[in-house]
Amino acid sequence: MDALYSLLQGLAVAIQPMNLMFALIGVLLGTAVGVLPGIGPALTVALLLPVTYKLDPGGSLIMFAGIYYGGMYGGSTTAILINTPGESASMATALEGNKMAKAGRGGPALATAAIGSFVAGTIATAGIVFLAPWLVEVAVQFGPEDYFALMCVAFITVSATFGDSPIRGLTSLFIGLTLGLIGIDKLTGQPRLAFGVPELLDGIEITTLAVGLFAVGEALYVASRRHIVQETLEPVRGSLWMTKEDWKRSWKPWLRGTLFGFPIGALPAGGAEIPTFLSYSTEKRLTKYPEEFGKGAIEGVAGPEAANNASAAGTLVPLLTLGLPTSATAAMMLAGFQQYGLNPGPLLFAERPDLVWGLIASLFIANIMLLVLNLPLVGLWVRLLAIPQPWLYAGILVFATVGTVAAKPSLIELTMLGVFGVMGFLMRRFDFPIAPVVVGLILGPVAESQLRRAMQISLGDPLVLVQSPISATLLAIAAVALIAPFVLRGLGRFKAAED
Amino acid sequence: MSLSAVCRGLLVASATLFATSAFAQMELKVIAPAAPGGGWDQTARSIQQALVAEKLVRNAQVINIPGAGGTVGLAQFVNSAKGDGNQLMVNGFVMVGAILMNKSPVSIDQLTPIARITEETQVMVVPANSPIKTAQDLAALVKQDVAKVTFAGGSAGGVDHIMAALFVGAVGAEASKVNYIAFSGGGESLAAILGGKVTAGISGYGEYEGQIKAGKLRAIGITAPQRIPGVDVPTFKEQNVDLVITNWRSVMGAPGITAAQKQVLNDLVEKMVKSAAWKDILKQKGWDDAYLSGDGFAKFLKDEQARVLNVLKSVGLAKS
Repeated sequence: MDALYSLLQGLAVAIQPMNLMFALIGVLLGTAVGVLPGIGPALTVALLLPVTYKLDPGGSLIMFAGIYYGGMYGGSTTAILINTPGESASMATALEGNKMAKAGRGGPALATAAIGSFVAGTIATAGIVFLAPWLVEVAVQFGPEDYFALMCVAFITVSATFGDSPIRGLTSLFIGLTLGLIGIDKLTGQPRLAFGVPELLDGIEITTLAVGLFAVGEALYVASRRHIVQETLEPVRGSLWMTKEDWKRSWKPWLRGTLFGFPIGALPAGGAEIPTFLSYSTEKRLTKYPEEFGKGAIEGVAGPEAANNASAAGTLVPLLTLGLPTSATAAMMLAGFQQYGLNPGPLLFAERPDLVWGLIASLFIANIMLLVLNLPLVGLWVRLLAIPQPWLYAGILVFATVGTVAAKPSLIELTMLGVFGVMGFLMRRFDFPIAPVVVGLILGPVAESQLRRAMQISLGDPLVLVQSPISATLLAIAAVALIAPFVLRGLGRFKAAED
Repeated sequence: MSLSAVCRGLLVASATLFATSAFAQMELKVIAPAAPGGGWDQTARSIQQALVAEKLVRNAQVINIPGAGGTVGLAQFVNSAKGDGNQLMVNGFVMVGAILMNKSPVSIDQLTPIARITEETQVMVVPANSPIKTAQDLAALVKQDVAKVTFAGGSAGGVDHIMAALFVGAVGAEASKVNYIAFSGGGESLAAILGGKVTAGISGYGEYEGQIKAGKLRAIGITAPQRIPGVDVPTFKEQNVDLVITNWRSVMGAPGITAAQKQVLNDLVEKMVKSAAWKDILKQKGWDDAYLSGDGFAKFLKDEQARVLNVLKSVGLAKS
């Protein structure tokens, strides 16, 4: 048990008072910036880099990791309470979480998110300890065609699960895919659908789209319905804490979410979005209470939140073992390592074991801190919902605008926020699901580049897509997921006709 | 120490500061035309750090204007900073290509060139188990069938892409046929190289240094004119491949500043690159000192622009 011994030594590093302090500062900062849409953990780490230049490398890396984990917690709080995901990874949480909050069950939603994050974060961090070297070998075997197949699975499950019908889901997905085309094509460098606007050359900012569709759209929708139905929000209905029933319904989604989040997060092009949405789709399929989905089902919060945090831990696997940053925050942490003349990679474990294991051990500690920090705050947070609706939504609008401008100070960005807000309103009004749009925007460009890379490597031979066992399996899963609902419905009709 | 002594000390200190130079009181803005974290941002923040640590200016502020290979920041700088001698923009090789590819309405020629400050050597690598051992091995494959040799590197039209095209051209194949696969960053392309999905990979040397030392990647050539001291990797030149290219970064002043303002910025940058704080930063980041100012830099810039245009035209990324 070499790993265990090293971990204990790491723990000795992590519980030094100074390092505990850094971890605490990190999680506090991370929670704060996670709450703000637009200002993510990546930007925070970037801004702190020059400040921490003179500090001890161990301490500041521990702080950065705290920011990373804290950001994941903070993002879910606003997603649940005011339907404004702080970052794209907490979008899936907003779907059911916000419905729960509106039904007076914001307390249990926040609690299951916090505890689920803790459980997933802890398991996944243990995964780093024991599985990292093996996982990395598998991850580099993932070729472009395999990634493309994985994206296909995500597209199909997401558009088939969200909304009332697959057609509506697919419509939303294609809107997202089209938005994803805007900007400079990654492989040839040519601008597409940018209409000569330089700000569009980098494509559409994901947070702008998500905040516009979710938060602004929601605010407009609520405002438009004020005179038709008076929605009364009870901040707390029933217990503020999770009931026995809630626990029973949460623990399996936590574990399943972890299983999605950690391995996909560890893939060099995996990210946090695919596992969170896959987890949401899975929970919706497996739940015993399908009627509650779309109205606030606790499984829909527990699973994605766990997946979200597990993937954050997963990203550290390629970062520490290969020096491969697979998310914006991981890239900033890499810059942090380099600032001290350290190059993450195969040699880092051998050269600076104190640092690596200290960092891993402090992830455990950061997780405990976040749980202790977040659970007592639940009671305070849900009181936000007691704010009269017009004030609350006006506040959300201000918050959304400030967040967007903070991330990218430009008039065009604000205009886009407005346009997406109206789009979100219309989609709600005509009952089209919103999440597939964002999924299309995030994954569409990735899927396209991976497909084209696969074709470039195979010199244009499409058979490459089914020759790799990984991609063949994934594509088969996608095909089944696409056809199954139609076939089942057809069978249902057939049976009905026979009766 | 009494209060009056402190005051006197401060007075003396500020008097010496005044006496040293024209820019000691300057409030400098350093524009990084990129998001926080990238090469230009790190360069801008390093400049800020060195200037403040050496007390060369009163205050330095970094402003990020991300977008489109730096051309969004360039356009904003040209339009809003005209005649302002208190601003410096960080840019470099990548912007030269981005201007051509994005058909940017503003050009780098509108700025006031100050100096080239750093450069990074590029490296070409293959996975450790690849049969390719030298640049000539790869050259032989390229000559056999150029389309079958896949190169992985950073974004299209960037320094990695241009290097791939130059390599193919230098070994006698048609540069326009280079099979270059663009990845969004060094990380993603590294996975494809380690997994043996592509023939060779291209990046800045620092990015792959750890993998090369660990024996997971084999470096078959660097693009610097000479070997890096203490590193056992041959240059392309010594392997008879005429390929010299570096990813350089520079600082430039606003359009339309006076000769006096330009002189102040020139002096400031020269003082900075010679400071101990700057040398420390270079060592840490693995950047090479490439200070070149005045007419030398202006000529270098012209040559690089012509070379980049030529390559981008040959691979079909730029017209005219």
